[in-house]
This record gives sequence, structure tokens and C-alpha cells, in this order.
Amino acid sequence: MTQTLATTEQTTTDGSTPTTWQGHALTDAVTTAKLTHEQVEQIGARLDEIRAEVIATRGESDARYIRGVIRAQRWLEASSRVVLLFSKNKVAFVVGTAGLSVAKILENMEIGHNVLHGQWDWMRDPKIHSTTWEWDAVTPAEQWKHSHNETHHTYTNVVGRDNDLGYGIMRVDNAQPWSLKLLGQPFFNLVNATFFEYGIAAYDLELFDNLKKGEDRTPEQRETFRRNAAAVGRKLARQMGKDYLVHPLLSGPNALHTAAANAIANVVRNLWTHSVIICGHFPDGVEVFEKTSIEGETKAQWYLRQMLGSANITGSKFMHLMSGNLSHQIEHHLFPDLPSNRYAEIAPKVKALFEEYGLRYVSGPLPVQVAQAWGKVFRLSLPDREPGRSRWSIIGEAVGQALRGRPTERVAVAAS
Amino acid sequence: MTSRSAALSRLIGRAAWGLGALVATPVLPDDYVALVNPLQARDVLRARVLAKMAEGVGVATLVLRPSRSWTTHRPGQYLRIGVDIAGVRHWRAYSVTSPPGARELTITVKAKGDGLVSTHLVERARPGDVIMLDLATGDFVLPETLPDKLLFLTAGSGITPVMAMLRAYRFGDVVVLHSARSADDVIFGDELRSAAAEGQLVLLERHTDAQGRLDPTELDDLVPDWRERETYACGPAELLAGLEAHFEAAGVADRLHVERFQTEAAAVGEGGTARFVRSGVEVETDGATTLLQAGEDAGVLLKSGCRMGICFSCVTKLTAGSVRDLRTGETTTVHDEPIHIQTCVSASAGACQLDA
Repeated sequence: MTQTLATTEQTTTDGSTPTTWQGHALTDAVTTAKLTHEQVEQIGARLDEIRAEVIATRGESDARYIRGVIRAQRWLEASSRVVLLFSKNKVAFVVGTAGLSVAKILENMEIGHNVLHGQWDWMRDPKIHSTTWEWDAVTPAEQWKHSHNETHHTYTNVVGRDNDLGYGIMRVDNAQPWSLKLLGQPFFNLVNATFFEYGIAAYDLELFDNLKKGEDRTPEQRETFRRNAAAVGRKLARQMGKDYLVHPLLSGPNALHTAAANAIANVVRNLWTHSVIICGHFPDGVEVFEKTSIEGETKAQWYLRQMLGSANITGSKFMHLMSGNLSHQIEHHLFPDLPSNRYAEIAPKVKALFEEYGLRYVSGPLPVQVAQAWGKVFRLSLPDREPGRSRWSIIGEAVGQALRGRPTERVAVAAS
Repeated sequence: MTSRSAALSRLIGRAAWGLGALVATPVLPDDYVALVNPLQARDVLRARVLAKMAEGVGVATLVLRPSRSWTTHRPGQYLRIGVDIAGVRHWRAYSVTSPPGARELTITVKAKGDGLVSTHLVERARPGDVIMLDLATGDFVLPETLPDKLLFLTAGSGITPVMAMLRAYRFGDVVVLHSARSADDVIFGDELRSAAAEGQLVLLERHTDAQGRLDPTELDDLVPDWRERETYACGPAELLAGLEAHFEAAGVADRLHVERFQTEAAAVGEGGTARFVRSGVEVETDGATTLLQAGEDAGVLLKSGCRMGICFSCVTKLTAGSVRDLRTGETTTVHDEPIHIQTCVSASAGACQLDA
């Protein structure tokens, strides 16, 4: 499971980027964009202006919006769960499961994700605040905020720093080395998508890294892990208890049907959120960056990295709502703290800025973006073709080595 | 109900609530109750504005129906209310002006020129609005056994806590010496005058536009027996300071009880003293250094993350004073309720105090 990234990390003791990582796409944003530093700073200033315009007009209608979404979500969840009390009835089962799936998606995406980003902290309402919110997911809000807000949003698409790139278990760029285990990458990705909330919890907990390092960890690391694992355990118990015990029991003779409906709703939510998220940084045309490239990065260069490292999804207003406005991934990554309902309004201005500076605003309908992302998952599960060698001969050699019981020696990949 | 059945019903209530918590997790059962009726939820106190009555120019009385978990108040106490203005919640304290025991309570608000909340309440609050509430508090209250002789010495909206007392109790011998700019500016003027006409109290009105401000030395003429009266005073800081000095000089300081309305925070400026309360650290900062930097430089353990204002890991409570957002130049000032700020993009704007 913990192939590429973590293993490679371990092999370097000085924290430098391992040489195997050097590749065509692993470069800094400024070089990739072929812009002068002055131009990059100009872009930064223009983006600051766009942000300031939204902040200046943030007010009552935005507050009404988020309260309205929260109210609607709670009514939908409550009524769906009431309908599911009679889940043996086929109509009740279908209606209740569909309603609960939508409610869970809204709760995670447009509400949870965005509240935990601090997008609504400005209202000073302790009920809708990043420091108090807890969401309908196995991972406790506190741990997710650290791995997502702090790590992913700061080090977006920087290989070795942003673990969202393949969640540390997948090969996401040709420049990453291939190994035999990666043949299972499409399967792992599907499993991860289906049980996404558990994957996220394990990921926020740095579970595999902790299990692997074991005794090598410092006492502080061990203590942090123990505390976080206990928090996940408590959260897991509440979440499982609600969906698979309490609500089924309340439905009496419908218990099994209700448990099944809840499981379906959770999986639907998992598959949907995974699909939206994989579209954010995976589709063709999105850049990834080398670890050393962000040393001394300015705010404007950070902006540029977000611009090159994110992709949007086009679609209806309903699709934007259901994606938690992560369909405006580019705008979200530029301004993660602006209220999500304002991304659609600034998107044309951001896009115009891309065009003005000859940058690629990656965007496409959901099916296309999902297909591209999955295509990449499949493609990168295979080794790259090397001069004079087919992929199959590389795989064959790796299989042979594995059968002979050699240690997990990696097949060197020459980046073209 | 017998005590056993009361205990049983409490037990059932608790069990039902516990089940509700399991059903509603990760939110609270109260969050669903509030969907139907915000006043039935018990986790947060709220109130619905039932009516708004004008009390004269720029003054209005709001009739509030509090949540069912509201307890009560003692006459003279204040409560804090939170209202959302342009989407942002602001908290201020107001004296309760109604006597205790009723299901509704009233506050009376004078719109101050630059008062964001008071102006909102007087001009824009409407029946049906739901506002946030806190339990009544304050020790500007009368003792269990009412004093025989009383003097209420008030100015402007300082009459409001006293009005709750006048409405709640029947006094034997009470003088109300109240200052206002003119007769029309006397809040509750009609009610006070008719109570005086009925002999319930002696009312002395001071109209400062014509007569100038009250000087404590005038008490000898106005209320000759003031030294014998338990005196309750509420008004501007300078009036209270003058009274305190005067009572002290006369050797009757223990007869004077004062209520100070919240004073404005220190002036907003550039840089200033940043106090990290829990760490017991105080540092002088310039207007360009972030509080995160200043705190860390002084050895305070602060939460931090991206250090560029995007991740909200550094959010910390500002408990007093003002800070400036270095990205926008916008200042945030604590009036009554602590405000969460991002220390990595905020600098002290005048003195400030953080819960860290």
C-alpha cells in the first residue's frame, strides 16, 4: 500500500528531494508558466483585488445563504430518516435512501468542508464556526482541518509535501517511480472511493506511516497518534452507532432495511465526494511541483501554483451546490476562506486573468474530468515505456524479481 | 407530583435526551428543535422580538420572549444580547427594564450616534426577529430587605436599571433625581411623572440643556437628607466619579451603589501592547508585526499553520482591544463578547488582549 511516496521519503535522511523524483513536470510554478517574476506579482495583486471586492460586499445575504443551506439540509436529513423508519416499504426505501444520500453529501461538501475552512467564521456565530463544527464523517473535524487546511492547501500539488496527491498510496505523475504493487492502483482507488470516509480518517491519522514507523517514532509522535486514534475511535463509534444501530433499532421490524439504506447513503456520499475531489487536482493539464520549488515562495507564486495545480468542473447550479462549490476548485484554492457561494461570481474574473497571461484554466464537465482522472490512475499503474523496452517486459521483470523473493527493489524509471 | 415521580420523569427526560443525542450526532438534538422553534432549544438562549415601542426620540423599548430555559432576573440587572448586523454577530449589554416574573421581558435602548447595535435595535429591529441572549447578571440590585429611604440618581439611559426596580417594588420613601437634556429627552418621562403625581415617588428632573450638568455639591439643596439615603446611581462615568468622591468626602461611601455602563475599548491605533493572558506575557508591538510573530518571539506557544491567512489553524480569541487585518487594513474591536481572529494576519491596533 504505502509505496512510492512514503518509501522514497524514508530513503532520504537529509530531507532533500530524492533524485528519482526529478522529472519533466516537477518544477516550480513560475518556470512552468513561462512568466516573468513581475508578471507573477501582477497576477498576485489582481487576485488580491478580487478577494478584497468579495470581502467588502460580504454580508447579510451570504449569512442568509449558509443558514438556508443548513436548514434545508437538516430538514432533508430528518425527513429522510423518518421515511426510513418504514424502510421495508420499497417506495420509502428508495425515497429515504435518496434523500439521506443528498443530505449527507450537502452536509459534507457545501456545509462541513466550507465551514471547517473558516469560510463563515466572519459571522461570529459559534454555531457555524470552524472552531466548533463537527461533521458527519468518521474523521474528527480537528484532524481533518490539520491535514486539509494546513497541509493540502498550503503545499498544494507539491510532491512530498501534499499528501492529497494520491493520498500517499498512488502514483500520480510519470516522474514518480513505478513498482509492481502499483498494478493494483485502480483497485485501491476504487476501494478508497467506496470507503472514502474511512480512507480519509486513516489518512488524517497518518495511520500507515505510524504503523510502519512503529518504534522509530518519538514519544511525542506516539502520544499524538494515541490521542488522535482515540478521538477517531470515539467518532467512529458515534457515527457507526447512529447509522447502524440507533436508527435501525428505532425502525423496529425495518431495522435491517434501514441499516442497508444508511450504508447505501454512506457509500453514495463516499463515491460522490471522491469523484468531485479527484477532479480537483487529477485531470489532464494540472501541474505538480517539486519540493524544493516552493522555498522562498512569495504569496503571488503561491497563487500561481494554485492556478496551475487545480481544475474546475462545469455544470448546473445544482451540481455546484452538491460539489460544495469544489467545482470551482481553482477559485477555492486561490481563496479557501471566501464563502463558497461567491466562487461562481468571481470565476469569470479569474478565468479572464488566466487568459490574459496565457495560462491554462483547466475545466470540464464532471464525466469528462472523472474519466480523465481515472484514465490517469490506470495509466500510471503501469510503468512508463522505456527506450527499447515495452511496458510488458518491465512488468515481467518486476514479477520475476518478486517471485525470486528479492527485496522490494524498485525498477528505475528514466524520465524522458 | 410526588418527589419519586418527579425523579422518574427527570430520568425519562434524560434518557430521551441521551437517545436524541445518539440520533442527531454529530449535531445536537437542540439543533433540530431550533429548526421548528428556536425558543424551545435549550443549548443556546435566544429571544423573539414581540413588539417594539417608541419611547421618544431615538429611544425604543423592545418586548422580548426569551427561550424556555431563561430563568429570571433581579430588578437592576442587565443582560447581553447578540444581534446579527450585515451578517455579523455583535453583543452588547442592556438593563432589563421590566419587573421579574413575567414571561416576557423588556429592554429599553437609546440609539447612540455611532452605536452600531443600539441604532440597529431602535431603527431596524422588527417584531418576529430572533436575537441571541445571555442570562441576566450584575450586582446593581437592591438588598432582600428594602431600605427605608432611597435615592436613585440617574442620567440619560442610566434610568433603565432603576426603572426595573421602580416597577418591581413599592417603596416607602424614594427620591428619583434624574438628568436628561430636556423634558422630552427623559426616558419613561410620562410613567415617572404620573408615578410622582400619585405620590409613589418624588421626582426631581434636571434638564441639562437649560440648567447645566448636576454638580454633586447641589445635593444638599436638592435632597437635603441624601446622607441618610441608600443611593443607587447610574449614568456617565464622570457623574459617577464625582458622586463617589462626594460620598467619600461626606463619610457615607458605603451608602452609594453605582452601575457603570460598559466603556468603549481603548482607542484604535497602530501597534500597541499585546497581552497573551494565559501565558502571562505582554509585548509591545508595532503595527506591522503579526500577533503570531510577536507572540512567538516572546516565547508564547501559539497555534499556527500556513502563516498566510488561509488555513485558520491559528484562530485565537481576542478578548479585549483592537486588531488590524494586515491584508485589508480592516480593524476588529471587542466590545463585549470575545471575537475569534487569525493571529498570522492580524496586528495589534492599539492595545489588545488574546486568550492564549
